[in-house]
Parts: sequence; C-alpha cells; structure tokens
Amino acid sequence: MSGARAARPAHAAWILAGLALVLVLAKPLLPAGLVRPPDWLVLPFAGWINAVFDFLRDDLGLIHVTRAFAGAVEAALDTTANLLYGRSRWPHLGPIPWVVVAATMAMAGYALRGWRLAALTGGTFVWIAVMGQWKWAMETLSVIAVATPVAVALGLALGIMGWRWPRFERLLNPVLNLAQSLPHFAYMIPVVVFVGVGPKSGAIVTIIFSVPPMIRMTMLGLRRVAPEIIEAGQMAGANRWQVMTRVRLPAARTEILIGVNQVIMQSLAMVVLASFIGMPGLGQKLLQLLQALKIGLSFEIGITIVLLAVALDRLSKAWALHQPAHAEAGAGRIARHRLLLVWLGLVLAGFLLARAVPYFHVVERSQALSIAGPIDAVMDMLLGVVRPLTDGLRWFLITRVLIPLRDAILWLPFVGVLLALAALGWRIGGARSALVCLGFILPIALSGWWDRAMITVYTVGTAVALALLIGLPLGIWAAGRETRAKAVLLACDTFQTFPSFIYLIPVVMLFGVNDVAVVAAVVVFAAVPLVRYTVEGLRNVPPETVEAAEMSGATRRQLLWSVRLPLALPTLMVGLNQSVMFALFMVIIAAFIGTQDLGQEMQRALSATDVGKGLVLGLAVAFMGLMVDHLLMRWSAARRAVLQG
Amino acid sequence: MTQRDAVIDCRNVWKVFGPRPDQMPALLARNPSAEELRAAGCVAAVRDVSLTIPRGEMLVVMGLSGSGKSTLVRCMSRLLDISAGQVAVEGQDIGTLTETQLIELRRRRMGMVFQSFGLLPHRNVLENVAFPLEMRGQPRAARIARAREMLELVGLTGREAHFPRELSGGQQQRVGIARSLAIEPAIWFLDEPFSALDPLIRREMQDEFLRLKGTLDKTIVFITHDFDEALRLADRIAIMKDGAVEQCDTPDRIVMAPATPYVAKFTAQIDRARVVRLAALAVPAAGGVHGAALPGEAVLHDMARAILADPRPQIPVAAADGSLLGLLDRQAATDLILGDRP
Repeated sequence: MSGARAARPAHAAWILAGLALVLVLAKPLLPAGLVRPPDWLVLPFAGWINAVFDFLRDDLGLIHVTRAFAGAVEAALDTTANLLYGRSRWPHLGPIPWVVVAATMAMAGYALRGWRLAALTGGTFVWIAVMGQWKWAMETLSVIAVATPVAVALGLALGIMGWRWPRFERLLNPVLNLAQSLPHFAYMIPVVVFVGVGPKSGAIVTIIFSVPPMIRMTMLGLRRVAPEIIEAGQMAGANRWQVMTRVRLPAARTEILIGVNQVIMQSLAMVVLASFIGMPGLGQKLLQLLQALKIGLSFEIGITIVLLAVALDRLSKAWALHQPAHAEAGAGRIARHRLLLVWLGLVLAGFLLARAVPYFHVVERSQALSIAGPIDAVMDMLLGVVRPLTDGLRWFLITRVLIPLRDAILWLPFVGVLLALAALGWRIGGARSALVCLGFILPIALSGWWDRAMITVYTVGTAVALALLIGLPLGIWAAGRETRAKAVLLACDTFQTFPSFIYLIPVVMLFGVNDVAVVAAVVVFAAVPLVRYTVEGLRNVPPETVEAAEMSGATRRQLLWSVRLPLALPTLMVGLNQSVMFALFMVIIAAFIGTQDLGQEMQRALSATDVGKGLVLGLAVAFMGLMVDHLLMRWSAARRAVLQG
Repeated sequence: MTQRDAVIDCRNVWKVFGPRPDQMPALLARNPSAEELRAAGCVAAVRDVSLTIPRGEMLVVMGLSGSGKSTLVRCMSRLLDISAGQVAVEGQDIGTLTETQLIELRRRRMGMVFQSFGLLPHRNVLENVAFPLEMRGQPRAARIARAREMLELVGLTGREAHFPRELSGGQQQRVGIARSLAIEPAIWFLDEPFSALDPLIRREMQDEFLRLKGTLDKTIVFITHDFDEALRLADRIAIMKDGAVEQCDTPDRIVMAPATPYVAKFTAQIDRARVVRLAALAVPAAGGVHGAALPGEAVLHDMARAILADPRPQIPVAAADGSLLGLLDRQAATDLILGDRP
C-alpha cells in the first residue's frame, strides 16, 4: 500500500473525531434536536414489532402451532417431573429414590473419568438430598432433561444443513451472531406471548436459548473431519447416507459432544433465570430468598447451583473427551460389562434401601440439614469487620465515580457520540467499520431509549474498566509461573460454568441492593474472561522470542512491557471483547436489584408481556455488544496480521 | 498392448481447480498454458495426462509434493470429477457412471490406502477392516470372518479389539492395508502409504508390501515422493511435475534415458548400477555367441563381480527361460558400475 493511501483513513478518522469534539464542546449552543433525538425522529419500532407479532399470532394462526409444540413439551415435562420428583402425572412411577439417582450419577462419573469425578457427581446429589433441596433441584433438572435433547436434535439438524448448503450458512451466521448477543430476557418475552408462563415456557425458552452453540459446534465438527477419513468411507463404497451417519458424524464426535456440553450449561443458566417467567425450581427459590435478603438460605441454594453446574460440566466434558479403549483379550461377557452390572446392582440396592428406610427415598423438609444458621452468623461477623470498608467504598464509588460519570455521559449530545464512534470505527477498520458502527448505534438513537442505553453504557464501561484493573494484574501474576497459571485457568473455567445469577449472592451480601452491588457483580463476572485470556495470551508468546529478549539483556519488567504484553495483545483483546459481552448480559440480569438502565425497562416489558418493547430493548443491548465485538475483533485480527507478518 | 488389457486408461485428463467449473471444458479445449490458467484464476493440478495401465502392472506415480500425483489418483477413482478428458476403468468411462454404479464399482473392484491412514476413530481394528464389507451389506458373521483373515494376512492378529489411537503408525497402516484388501479389489490404489512412517518402519513395510504383492494378482497404482521407494517397487514409473507427466517408463529407461532435464535431475543422484538390469543394456547379437550367459533380470550391481571377472568384451545375456537377449558391452557395464557418466 502506498503512503498516501495508507494515510487517508487516519485523516478521515481524525477529522471525524475533531468534529465530535467540537460538537461536545459546543453543546450549550447546540439546538435541542442535536442533543437528543427529536420526537419526530424516534421511530415506533415497538409498535411495528407488535403488529408483526399480532399478525403472526392471530392472523396467521401461529399460536396454534406453538400451542401444539408447547403441548408436546408439556407432556415430556410431566413425564420427567413424575420420575424425578413424583408429580402425579403419567407414568405414575416416581419419584425415583434419591439414592438411586445419586448412585447413577456417581457411576456415570466413574465410567467416564474415575473416582474423583464420581465423588463430585455423586456427592453433589447427596448434598442436594441431604439439604432438603431435592424437589427444587429436580424441578430444574426435569426441564434440562427435556430441553437438552430437543436443543441438541435441533442444533444437529440445523448444523448439518448449514454445513451442507453454504447459502443456508450465510443466512444462519448473522442470525446466530445476533442470537448469541441478545440478553436472556429478550428471549423470554415472545415465549410468554406465545406460550404463557410456567414450566413449559421455561423449557421452550431454554431450548431456544441453547440451540445456537450446538449449531456452531456441529458445523465446526463436520468441517474438521479429516478429508482422508471421508475418502476412505467413499472408497469403501459408502453412499451419501452411510458416509454421513457412519463416517462423518461419528468422526466429528468430540466437537458434537462439546456442543452438547455447551447446551447443558446454557440450559442451566437459562433455567435458573426462567424463574422470572414463573419457572419453579432452584432459580425461583433463589430469587425469593435473595429478594427477602435471606443470605444464609440463598447461600445454600447458591452452593447447590454451583455444584450442579460444575458436576454437569465436568461430566459432559468427560463424555466428550472419553476415548474408547479395548477390552482385554479373552475377557468374558461379565468382565466386559462389569460397570453395567455394578450399576444395576447399585440401583437395585438403592430401591431396596429406599423401600426399607423412607429417608433414602425422599428426605422430608423436617429431616433436612441446614447450614443457613452458621452461615448467617459467620456472615454477620464478617460483615461487622468489612462493613466500614464496604460502606466507605460504596460511598466513594457512588458519589465520586458513578454519579459524576453517569451525569457526564448523559450530558453528551447524541450526535457527538455518533461521530466519535464513527471516528473510532474509521480508525480501526476504515469507512466500512465506521458505517457498521453507525448502523448499530443509530437504531438505538432512533428507538427513543437513548438515555437508558447511555446508562447501560456507563455501567458496563465502569465495570469493564474496574475488571481490567483487577483482571490484568491478576492475569500477569498468574502467567508468571506454570503451576500458578494452571490453577488460575482451572478457577476461571469453573467460574465460567456458574450461571450468571449466582454472582449476585455475594455482592448483595456485601453491598446490599444498589448500583454498587450491580457494578460489583458485573466486575466479578467480567473479570473472569479477562484473567483467562491474559494468562493464555502471555503463555502463548513463543519461547524463542522470550529467550532472544533475555539474551539481549532485557530485565523482567522490560520483557513484560516490550515483548510479552505487545505479543499477547491480540489475545487480550479477545478477552476484553468477551468481558464486554458478559458485562452486558450481567447488567441486564442485575436489573432486578435496582438499576435505571435498559435492563429495568426490560423487566417492565417482561411483566407487561410487551413483545415490541422487550425486543427493541433486547436488540439495543445486542447492537451495542455487536458493535464492540466488531471493533475489537477487527482490531485484534489486524494486529495479529501485523505481528505474524 | 490392446485396449482390452488396459485396466485404467486416462486420455488427456485435466483437473483444474477454479471459480467457474461449468466453463472449464471450453477453457481447456484451447489447451491453455499455466499462465493463461492463472490469469483465469485457476490452478491446474493435473495437466493433459494420458496413461494406460495394463492388467497386473504396478505403476508408481512419483513427484514432489504439489506435483498433482494425489489428485491424479483421485481422478482415477472419481473421488474427484475431472475437468476434461476421459478416464476408463476396465473399459468403462467412469465419468458417465451414475452414483449407484460408481458406488458399486468401488464396492466390488477398488481398494485404497491413504497417507494418514483414514481409519475411523470410533471403530476398533476389526470393525474398521470390516467396514467396506458392511457397506456392501455382507452379513455380520461373514464380514467378521473375512476381516480376521485380512488381519492375519497383515500380521495384526491379537489386535482386533484395539482402537486406531491405541496403535503405532505402522500398525495403523497395516489396518488401512487390510481394510483396502478386504473386498479383494482388482485395482489397488496406494496414496503415499508409507510417507508418514519412520524410515526403519517404512523399509519394513516396503518388504511386507512386496511380499503381499507377490501373493496377490492386482493392478496397482502406487504414489510416492521417494524415488528410492519408486525404484524398489515399480514395474513402471510415471514422473510428474506441475500436474503433467514428464516421463512414464520402466526404471531402467528412466535412469538410462531421461526424457526431460527435470527427470535427469531427479536421477542424477541415483546409483544406476543398483537400478539398471542387464537386459536393458543388452544389444541384439549379430553372430554366434559362445560361453555362459548372465541373467537379464539381475541388476548390474548384483552381477558386478561376474562382469568384472569375465574376460570377454561382449558378454551374452539371457532371459529367465534361457533365450538369448543380446550382448552386454563389458566396457559400458564397467563404466556404469564404477559410476562414470558418459
């Protein structure tokens, strides 16, 4: 590229930035129409969406289709509900004694990985039963048990179609991008409109929410199969159907099962949140307890959700990575099916035990243990110590940081913000990126939710900045030594499996119900990917480069600032991107403990089942996320291209 | 050789990768140069190849990576559709076969071995070998019995229940070979079967392969980038460069009479005494011949002692059946043995 051509985008970016600055400085002189979008410019998106939905629902009769689907889902839910917690529905067999369920989970863990996983999975279910949370947990699991297979089947079918027809994939990709950046609540409102509230809508929203990662992993897996394996199948005379079912799909097994793992984790996150639309279970219990500020009891539920999340994640990952191994030659039938026989024996013993001692069938509420008392006591003591500190921090953050920042952001004229974003886009990716930025941000301005959106921006911005302050040093420290890095990465992995709702428990405990609690929850949630990608970025710097710098006499500080951090920067940006996404999701979820941003409005839309408003708000959040995603990924890719020559 | 003997017959085969496959025949009808193709955004992997492989021959296709040899063999089995020309297998133009006919051809007549083995990771050794039989609907008991037989042939008895990832590279390729032979194919394609193996294992597998080849009566297309391997195994060698066949001939003639400078460069480092058979050097005798004859099938290197010790300037050479092939010029043979280039 010639010098003149390279210089032009930079010029345009600076001119735009200058204009934005002029607009901001001249704000008092600006006409009102440039400070906030004038009324005639605000388009009634919500009305249009509602009209479309009304048309789909009533005139096209889509509601009959959704009702039929919901009926089928409900029948399946009744079955799992009967088996797992004894709801009096067909097949009237349940509830299965908890010892049997716990033994089955432990056996699955043992078969897939070994004793440690068996202890985790079995122990989780023993904990749930002993703590008297069996019914709630099974309400949650009965939905996952129905939603996961449906979501996996849907994802497989769509993934295969996307792999087969590139044109379909081109259609699918933007939809998936949007779907994966829409906040959880945006999914709930249309489902409530079509299906109503309760377990079946909880299951349906869970299915819809967890399909996208399955589609992606299916396409990835099918594409990754080595061409020689496919050719071997073809040369063996397999026809198309045989190549698909006996060669390609089995060879893509690992990726597909990782997709199943993601479906399960997404389902769990969504099921917990679906308590907002009347889904009973652990989530609803947690919501009630948290709103009543019963810290000890909500902590107990929190432990259960975390244990369930970790157990389900490890179990399904172990399944994905499980490699077949041959049985010893000459082993008999019994030896080959040893695990199966042991499991059958355990199940039988469990049923007999449950028959003899009712405690092992169902733990009554009066028999349940509780550690809420001691937890409350410890918490009170702890809070007595940290209260002055947290109070001070809260006062400082609210009066000195949050409120001034919010006022400043709300003060900005919207045209200035638009121009500044366009300038940023131009600087990073030229005219195209500038247009992409405007394309994402302009609809938000036109939707009439500018102020609310700006409050979301400020919350997310503050939280991500704080997360950077915590996450970067932590990541750099962790990357210093291999054992430390491994431990921190494992912790990050574990934290990422927790449903986002869980993060609200400790912050409500420490800060009460206010803006600081929201920011704190978002900070913790958003710091996890930052730490993770910092560690990975620093660790993946080629050792030869580090050695070359060491031989040039670089000190450790020079090594970090001049060699390792610059080389890790593209990876770090991926982490920052994910961090922003997480923060956006969390901000919306945290709305119910008190914010004035898009999330609060979304909650209102949810309780009024206003589809149009809910989707407009959801899309506003998604567009912000997609814009940040575009900018950061673009920058990261360009940077990486430069580094790799 | 008559057309009837030809098992595989390639006529002016082109395989061009490019953006507009539908316009390819019109483009290729003009016999374009590499530059013209590049200008059209195309890459020619196989350029105007004509080859005839008679029944029972072992043809080694040899060339550097990117020379189009793997593509050529995939055109012969129609794993890839060719852009222009014609490929006939056992007298049948495979370009005109329907999908069902093609599958039937592969199920009955063809077997293929792959460089990185192409084993199915989710099936054990026995099920992998039985896979082609399963595809053509053979009953379970019969295909398991046949698969065991094949595993015994390649020396893997006792590993039936192992999964591919539990085997070494050499063992995996034995499974690949057993699988490709399970249906008793008449045509056997081997795409760099030993390239992914360590040199010692490779040598062992080549010996094993020669043993197998001796017991089977098959038409074989073997691909390699290793010239020594080609010389060791081939009846004929086709040397490819940039998608075109530079020369297709017996190892003797490739070494003694390279058709192009490229082939000459390839053969320059070769110890020709180890390749050239006496028969290739024998000149038809004009008059009567006296004394004991040397065997025509032997390579010079193995006969070096006898040739150097023989006082006659012209040494008679006889075929395996005792008939006289001609006379060997002792001086020329000595030059070759000592490595002097004419």
